[in-house]
Amino acid sequence: MKHHLVLRVVTKVLIPPILLFALYVQFHGDFGPGGGFQAGVIFAAAFILYALVFGLETARRVVPQGTLRALVAGGLLLYATVGVVSMLLGDNFLNYSVLRPDATAGQHLGILVIELGVGITVAAVMIAIFFSFAGRPPTIKDEDW
Amino acid sequence: MEIVQDTISWLLILGGAAFLLIGGLGLVRLPDFYTRIHAAGITDTMASELLLVALMVQAGFSLVTVKLIIIGLFLFFTSPTATHAVANAAFVAGLKPYFAPKPSAPAQEKTSEEKAGEEKIGEEKGVAGAPSGPVVQAEKGAESSN
Repeated sequence: MKHHLVLRVVTKVLIPPILLFALYVQFHGDFGPGGGFQAGVIFAAAFILYALVFGLETARRVVPQGTLRALVAGGLLLYATVGVVSMLLGDNFLNYSVLRPDATAGQHLGILVIELGVGITVAAVMIAIFFSFAGRPPTIKDEDW
Repeated sequence: MEIVQDTISWLLILGGAAFLLIGGLGLVRLPDFYTRIHAAGITDTMASELLLVALMVQAGFSLVTVKLIIIGLFLFFTSPTATHAVANAAFVAGLKPYFAPKPSAPAQEKTSEEKAGEEKIGEEKGVAGAPSGPVVQAEKGAESSN
């Protein structure tokens, strides 16, 4: 692993800005280009980069399987909860206007929470897909390549 | 003021384009993997950085410049790393450079037949587009150093 020194150092430096940029894309999505899906993919890319450079097992310790499953379901649940809450407040499913007394403020809040749910689910699903592909036992032995 | 800005950014854009052209030519014309990735590395960093600096000069002092600086920093660190990773993978996989010195033990017992064969190979590669003169010189230099 000694020859991966450059990769390791650059990865360590780059992962925090990648995560920060994902959060920027997430929460700036209602003012500029961006949104939950893109932010989730960028967020997952940081973890995938970490897994590629530092090894799959290390990355699995950072994001355990149970946490990943909970995040996949939790994001979707957050999305659905916003819809149900707006139903309970007396309007249609996912009509954010009733979330706050002021309709515009309610729409702001609703789209932010919904995009957060999308972002969490997309990031968790991307990491889970990568883990399950990378974690498969190799069908070809290393010396047979 | 605007003419100065335009002149500087045009010079930088032309410089970046020149590096792109050199990188592209090198990618096509150079003989083997390592020399080609050397040419591609120029395109990755120098050309794109020059173009970004040219855009910064055009943008002036604004938020766009800050974003361009961030993009420039990102490219400045990631492109050489990617080049390094690819070259390193090739080296670990056992790819020998084109100008690599021959293994020392066989080189000392080299017969005249083998030397003739090597020169023939060099000539063939010369026909294929590689510069034949430096190749022969490099091989002679490698032998004398052994």
